[in-house]
Amino acid sequence: MTALAALIKRDIQIALRVGGGALIGVLFFLTVVVLMPFAIGPDLALLARLGPAILWLGALLASLLTLDRLFTADHDDGSLDLIAMSRTPLELSCATKALAHWIAAGLPLIVATPVLGLLLNLDAASTLAVALTLLVGTPALTFTGMIGAALAVTLHRGGLLLAVLVLPLSIPVLIFGVAASDAAITGPVSFGTPFSILCALSLVSFVVGPFAAAASLRQGLD
Amino acid sequence: MTLTTTLTDLANPTKFLSLTARLLPWLIAATAILLLIGLYMSAAAPDDYQQGATVKIMFIHVPNAWLSMFVWGVMSIASLGTLVWRHPLADVAAKSAAPIGAAFTFLALVTGSLWGRPMWGTYWEWDARLTSVLILFLMYLGLMALWRAVEDPSRAARAAAILTLVGAINLPIIKFSVDWWNTLHQPASVFRMGGPTLDRAFLLPLLVMAVAFSLLFVTLHLAAMRNEILRRRVRSLQMMQAGQQAA
Amino acid sequence: MSLGPYATFIVTSYALVAAMVLFLIGWIVLDYRRQQQRLRELEASGVVRRSGRSATETR
Repeated sequence: MTALAALIKRDIQIALRVGGGALIGVLFFLTVVVLMPFAIGPDLALLARLGPAILWLGALLASLLTLDRLFTADHDDGSLDLIAMSRTPLELSCATKALAHWIAAGLPLIVATPVLGLLLNLDAASTLAVALTLLVGTPALTFTGMIGAALAVTLHRGGLLLAVLVLPLSIPVLIFGVAASDAAITGPVSFGTPFSILCALSLVSFVVGPFAAAASLRQGLD
Repeated sequence: MTLTTTLTDLANPTKFLSLTARLLPWLIAATAILLLIGLYMSAAAPDDYQQGATVKIMFIHVPNAWLSMFVWGVMSIASLGTLVWRHPLADVAAKSAAPIGAAFTFLALVTGSLWGRPMWGTYWEWDARLTSVLILFLMYLGLMALWRAVEDPSRAARAAAILTLVGAINLPIIKFSVDWWNTLHQPASVFRMGGPTLDRAFLLPLLVMAVAFSLLFVTLHLAAMRNEILRRRVRSLQMMQAGQQAA
Repeated sequence: MSLGPYATFIVTSYALVAAMVLFLIGWIVLDYRRQQQRLRELEASGVVRRSGRSATETR
């Protein structure tokens, strides 16, 4: 088994264990989405109108919550140093860890979306649209957030700083994710335009994220 | 003197300090003169047929907005200096520019809000440009927090450099996204910040103020860099003193 | 020079900018003096720079 495959397998296994962080992300997503109607009121029409926005915000906050674990657990037990010192390029290791994180923490969010769509009075087509945009957009959130996680890994209580650093960078993903969802549901704007921009954002993050994260880890670990 | 020899000469903090000491009085004088001329021209400018006298706020809003982005550009170049060439003064330049840039960004937000209030009726209207500046302000604050979170100065410099460059890449993306979002959610407002083409009567005071504020930034930046170099000198002397006392 | 009905907005904007600029200048000047003071104290306590030059020299 190659080093990267082993890394993916290990990360997913750890994340899926109790306390590993993957399933708590879904729980947080559920909690946030359930909280919204208490704040907004049970007006079903309003909830349906806000549905994509609520789901996207919940997914954004849930992925932010679990990002903290991306590097800190490995840093605490020393395996991050081993990963950094190995022969595989650190950029690839970071990309692999981000992919594993997305599989373990991001995909469950997307699987939970149809159920939560019911709570928000979204019909099947709308829920599918939101789920599709989340599928394409949550990798961007993970790969961009990885930069903040790498910068904050060596800091005590770096979790809050991580959120402050990552949120401005996540705004474009949020804008286009919700715009694409709304376009599929109501809008005169075609679904394709914001959706393809969302795909582009994810693709850019696949490149920028690992390079920036690797550079941050190098300066933090030496 | 070629550019490379100049840059390598300036890598010596002592040389930089002596250069700054010679330049600062001239910069201060030039800044003060240009600010006074700009202020006079702003006061003498006519009223806009649509905005009335509130167009005068534009003369201080636009330079601050422009500077907020220019300073991030300066920090980005300094960050390249840190990461690629490991130029010793690049760290100093980046660290001392951040609070000044944040101050200009804050001023852009406040003057923008006050400029918009007579036109919009509210202090904030999620106008595309102001919203982008708001996000930029958050990024400045995050950067300043990162500078202070890492204890070792050279590690802090490299972390801040990475964040600055990532921010620089993201700024056009954020601007584009916010613009898109704004046109999606609002019909084109009658009053757009900055307006279409500017009449010459407004363009000249604006340009003078822009140059004046840019000079102000250069002056403040050089003075702040000098302070940062002195601060590092204090730190190294304190460490030497601690070493002597331990021995 | 009549500033029209929104005069307070215009004056407030200029005043805020002036206040912030003065604050920046004051902060930088105070910081400079604080660092020079610390350098003088360190020099008085006998620490010598590696280059042998005075600690407070800025030229």
